[in-house]
Amino acid sequence: MAATTAGVERRRPIALRAFRWTRRILLYLIVVGGSFVYMYPVFFMLRTSLTKESDLYVVPPIIVPLPPVWENYAIMWQNGPTWSWIKNSLIVVSFSVVAETVTSVSVAYGFARTRFAARDKLFIGVLATMMLPGAVTLIPRWLIFHRLDMIDTLWPLLIPRLFGTAFYIFIMRQFFLTLPRELDDAARIDGASHLQILRKVVIPLSVPAIATIAVFSFMNRWNDFLEPLIYLLRTENLTLAVGLRFFVSRFGTEYHLLMAGAMLLIVPMIFAFFLAQKQFIRGIALTGIKG
Amino acid sequence: MASSSLSAKPAGLRGPPARLSRWRAFRKWIAAQEGWVFIFPWVVGFILLDLGPYIFALIISFLNWDVGRPPSYIGLRNYQAAFTDPLVGKSLWNTAYYTLFHVPGSTIIAFAVAGLLNQRVRGMPIWRTMYYIPSVTSGVGMALIWIWLFAPRGAMNGMLGWFGIEGPRWLTSTTWAMPALIIMSFWGVGSSMVIFLAGLQGVPQHLYEAAEVDGGGWWAKVRHVTIPMMTPYIFLSLILGVIGSFQVVTQALLMTEGGPDNATLFILLYIWIMGWNAFKMGYAASISWILFAIIFLATIVQFLGARRWVYYEYQEPG
Repeated sequence: MAATTAGVERRRPIALRAFRWTRRILLYLIVVGGSFVYMYPVFFMLRTSLTKESDLYVVPPIIVPLPPVWENYAIMWQNGPTWSWIKNSLIVVSFSVVAETVTSVSVAYGFARTRFAARDKLFIGVLATMMLPGAVTLIPRWLIFHRLDMIDTLWPLLIPRLFGTAFYIFIMRQFFLTLPRELDDAARIDGASHLQILRKVVIPLSVPAIATIAVFSFMNRWNDFLEPLIYLLRTENLTLAVGLRFFVSRFGTEYHLLMAGAMLLIVPMIFAFFLAQKQFIRGIALTGIKG
Repeated sequence: MASSSLSAKPAGLRGPPARLSRWRAFRKWIAAQEGWVFIFPWVVGFILLDLGPYIFALIISFLNWDVGRPPSYIGLRNYQAAFTDPLVGKSLWNTAYYTLFHVPGSTIIAFAVAGLLNQRVRGMPIWRTMYYIPSVTSGVGMALIWIWLFAPRGAMNGMLGWFGIEGPRWLTSTTWAMPALIIMSFWGVGSSMVIFLAGLQGVPQHLYEAAEVDGGGWWAKVRHVTIPMMTPYIFLSLILGVIGSFQVVTQALLMTEGGPDNATLFILLYIWIMGWNAFKMGYAASISWILFAIIFLATIVQFLGARRWVYYEYQEPG
């Protein structure tokens, strides 16, 4: 009696389990397969950058070039003032990440946690600079920096970062609004100033969100193309992203060298992303970017 | 100075509290203005780098300003020239074409991928990172890679070859250069994907349970719970997507230089060519205002349309 019911009961779960299993396997196939589709360009770049030119079009294609041809990198490296490009990029990026993060956090604190008459009207200004096309300011800004004799220097890439960036201010403000106000009220009763509240209460609670805007800043400045393109002129003054533009015309169809150049730009980004990944994903989830 | 000290004396006992309260009121006022200190950098930047340049750009657009020669006022003639310039029309058309496919396409893909990455799967941080990496590396690096993927004997055509299709000469074909840039853009959906992922994690579980009780299957849950709850995020992604897509320049400049035969001449690329190759700053500024007007209108229209389909769960107090 007991055995038969057990048997009946066991059979149905087996069918159900089989269904669930196929569904899970399908899900894994799609997730993993899709991730390979997305990474394919990067794998392909890595592979090509280490392949001999004569092997580029071999059928069947070589998946792992053995032995790897490191020489491609040496040729690519010697083709331009690569060191100066990297140095310029590092100056711009390290300065920008610190400046943009610090100012955006403090401005966002002002918008989220202090009270004064014009605050919300000014915040519309932040939203407007986020939504309105930056393309319009390109020409007047260039003419201003031209007048200041700063063309072909890094200054036009550094100075604007001192004033906070609308998008980062927006993200940080939205995040600060989610922190319970009781925390600052308690600190206020203890006689803490706004600056102390920001440093001792708000910032320690905001590490993932701050990491998020720092990563955004790093990515955007490292990849920035249009600004350095218009402000920098001499080859040795360029940043890496713009410098690599010359590879396209110079190497044309020498794709193995082109890919070695692309590696130079991409590897630091991937590396930085892996380091910040955990905080970054958490930060995105926490900030709850919403209209 | 002397008179004030004289008048203060007779006040005697009443003086100090009055002064004190004025001092207190002043301190209170100062405290109320403390917020300005925090937002001060932004205010300065806003005036010097946004508001000022916007006004300046408007003035420039009425000038005949070829760098190196003194500017002269020519009224609306830059705008007249822009409206009759076939390349302005062409580049606007190209940009609209790109936007029409890029924005809906990448929103749908980002949404689907986010849904996929919201499932319980082992090793999820690794998979998420892999989907996100092409976006991290967007810009010049990705453009270089895709030049090679779209090469006549590159990977794309190699793959089409497996199916017996002879691929086009992507980047040098007037028909296929723009689709190539659109296809490539689908690899850069990472940031919308992450926004969607954050949104999906905020959809209350009890709504799915309610849908299940009502006998809803997978599609019913997506259709009646996930999508309505996600509309604010979809809306944000569309707004930012359109703004970004109208200002595409890097890929076109690197991969096709606007060619072949201006097939990938984007509007911002044309502004760059006019401003920094032809040095016609006034003309470039007038085109940038046309671009501004288009983006502004597109954003307004989307905001107006949003009332019909975007669902806000709560109204933010205050």
